[in-house]
Amino acid sequence: MSKLRNYLDKIKPNFEEGGKLQAFRSVYDGMETFLYTPKTTSAPSGAVHIHDSIDSKRTMIIVVCALLPCFLFGMYNTGYQHWLAAGATEFPFWELMIYGFLTILPRVAVAYIVGLGIEFTFAQIKKEEIQEGFLVTGILVPMICPAEIPLWMLAVAVAFAVIFAKEVFGGTGYNVLNVALVTRAFLFFAYPAQMSGDKVYVATNAPFGYGEALADGFSCATPLGQIATQSGPSIEFTGIGGNIISTWDAFIGLIPGSFGETSTLCILIGAIILLAAGIASWRIILSVIAGGLFMGWIANIFATPLYPASYVPAVDQLLLGGFAFAAVFMATDPVTAARTTTGKYIYGFLIGAIAIVIRTYNTGYPEGAMLAVLLMNCFAPLIDYCVVQANMRRRTNRLKAKTSQQ
Amino acid sequence: MKIKLKKGLRLSLAGSLPANATPTAAESRVFAIYPDDFPGFVPKVDVKEGEEVACGSAVMHDKNHPDVRLVSPVAGKVKAVVRGERRKVIRIEVEAGESGVESPVFKKPAEVGAIKEFLASSGLLALMRQRPYDIVPNPADKVRDIFVTAFDEAPLAPDYSVFSGIFSADDYQAGINLLSEICEGKVYISHKAGFGYTSLRGAEMIEFDGAYPASNVGVQIANIRPVDKGDVVWTLDFATVGRIGKLVRTGVCDFRTVVAVVGPEIEKPALVSTVCGSMIAPIINGKLKSTNRNLRIISGNVFTGIADSADAFIHYPYRQITVIDEGDDVDEFMGWASFSPKKMSESSSFPGRFFSRLFSPDARINGGRRAMIVSGQYDKFMPMDILPEYLIKAILSNNIDDMEKLGIYEVAPEDFAAAEYADTSKLPLQKIVRDGLDNLRKELE
Repeated sequence: MSKLRNYLDKIKPNFEEGGKLQAFRSVYDGMETFLYTPKTTSAPSGAVHIHDSIDSKRTMIIVVCALLPCFLFGMYNTGYQHWLAAGATEFPFWELMIYGFLTILPRVAVAYIVGLGIEFTFAQIKKEEIQEGFLVTGILVPMICPAEIPLWMLAVAVAFAVIFAKEVFGGTGYNVLNVALVTRAFLFFAYPAQMSGDKVYVATNAPFGYGEALADGFSCATPLGQIATQSGPSIEFTGIGGNIISTWDAFIGLIPGSFGETSTLCILIGAIILLAAGIASWRIILSVIAGGLFMGWIANIFATPLYPASYVPAVDQLLLGGFAFAAVFMATDPVTAARTTTGKYIYGFLIGAIAIVIRTYNTGYPEGAMLAVLLMNCFAPLIDYCVVQANMRRRTNRLKAKTSQQ
Repeated sequence: MKIKLKKGLRLSLAGSLPANATPTAAESRVFAIYPDDFPGFVPKVDVKEGEEVACGSAVMHDKNHPDVRLVSPVAGKVKAVVRGERRKVIRIEVEAGESGVESPVFKKPAEVGAIKEFLASSGLLALMRQRPYDIVPNPADKVRDIFVTAFDEAPLAPDYSVFSGIFSADDYQAGINLLSEICEGKVYISHKAGFGYTSLRGAEMIEFDGAYPASNVGVQIANIRPVDKGDVVWTLDFATVGRIGKLVRTGVCDFRTVVAVVGPEIEKPALVSTVCGSMIAPIINGKLKSTNRNLRIISGNVFTGIADSADAFIHYPYRQITVIDEGDDVDEFMGWASFSPKKMSESSSFPGRFFSRLFSPDARINGGRRAMIVSGQYDKFMPMDILPEYLIKAILSNNIDDMEKLGIYEVAPEDFAAAEYADTSKLPLQKIVRDGLDNLRKELE
């Protein structure tokens, strides 16, 4: 270990002001603080002398760990859907996993290289330490897109989101909108053909020559994509083989969809990790679910063939599409969510309700979770403003009551 | 009255005082007063090097309120007036010994109007603080209420019962009597269960049940009778009440104190009886663990104390010295990923949280400074009706209107100490609040 330390100390002067490699100072800093806890100690006065062991690196890595169950399941499911589409009857576990891994690997690599590259550049220009926010964004982005999203589109979207949704506002901690969702929204509106419809949600290529490429034009829509073709009152979703998708299937997640968001079970495991570590706000998760159930139930009451999605039972609404994933991993992003305790309840409830409203009453968009979170990201400061005003009013009222007494 | 506070922070640090510790005397010869320990006090030096002083002789006075003085805690000779950049007074050192100067006798004045000057000239007013601004009180102000804290929940802090050898119940009673004469409202004494002086008369006794910062007087005020714009309240600790009472009863200042020497790097934690402002070395002599690590010697507790070298002097409030590792001499590989049970944290992601063990933290920040990311983290450690994140942001943007509306008059830097400890983003909250209060005072005066 000390060899590594000595090596880092030896090359350090190159990266300092005037050194040969000073243009890479932020990269060196990032690596050094990643490998060794900084030796910075507390100020001698006017500050606490001991600090909690938690830091922003650990917080972000825990979120990445919470995403891993979904990620691993996504690998399996990508392979599973591919095998299904090929008409297979046997599903060899490791081959499915390897197929899914090879499909997603280039997407993860592109997201991290483009995003972190931009982050390092901005840290270098602003002479700041590299921030960890993109560690989470980088893995989130491939998980909320179709598994075979073209790499160049992903690169363009990540670059757009990191620069215009985050860096222009001042970097991690200052962004108004969730960066991963801005990436997805950019893709959704700029390249709708690759982000929606019935042709994109099943992997058909042979990544790095592994597996078998399927014939062009293979199609199978996601459950939410199938809604428009139905008329109610009973809604039935079918999988690739024409089999009926039950509530249980939707919960386990072996259905077509974006890479990491199909399995509500794995999302629940992630939620447990986040809540146990005290990182995500249980208030937000709970109120998103409450909002979704409430709106789903209202839609059921006023169900009409005009909007077939209004026939979907409220519980199924939570299990389908990106709803659960958005509730656990997107709505809880502390930077873009409401920050006050009361605000979190309102913010979460509205996300849940609006996601179902968009799904049900806007037949143009089969899924509303992304737009609901982005919309509420915009309104979070307003919600907080009202809560803060209430606190201020308590104080001014106290003062008024006192002066009127005198 | 009983008040139970749920929010707060309880840390189990190694090196606590044994039960029933009795003080032993320390051989200190040199004592010092640091004007920086007294926020709001603008020092004008009254003595020259070599000049003889008595216990209670003024060594400095406040430029803005000449009545407010800092006095020598012992009789002897002024050894040095230590100055820093631009001749700023760092400290005045007094060497104890023979002195030709007679000790001043402070007689409690008959008329109520003169009591505040009496406190100011004896040097005891400087041991008190006022809200708003958390500064040394201005004797000209009208005082709404006076709040006394009689317990300390900071890590490893000694109980106020250690002063029982110096101040008697009569001293405390005399102190309360004097304080209740100068305020318009009440004198409130906040204590925890088992307090030995509940029979004191003339003060409202409030029992608190809660972890740090429940023992901070600011938290107590917020839960008893919050400070509004325009209010002035004075605050002090229970030992200062005893000191005031003793002055009233004997006419002489008594600056004896008992210091708890505690912390993970102390071999045998102990109580030491000495005088306010003593040199640190004689107090901690022979008590440190033998180690070749760099140490941090803190006057006070790990939250609000001041770190200084052993040949420096103990700072206000002269009750505790905590010694921990500095930590700048260790290379910790990927500390952020550690699952070591030795890591102290409020986060459940560290296993140490689930064992009842004593921690030996060092002074490292354990991370890098970031923007405020995690939300609601400070609220867990603020048992008062304050929105800490928004107040901090209002201070950082120097928005005076918002600061006032968000209750800056109710807080002192120490109220943010627990939040600063737990902060994932490692922001210097206490310094931000201190700067905010100072700026506000400048703007409004």
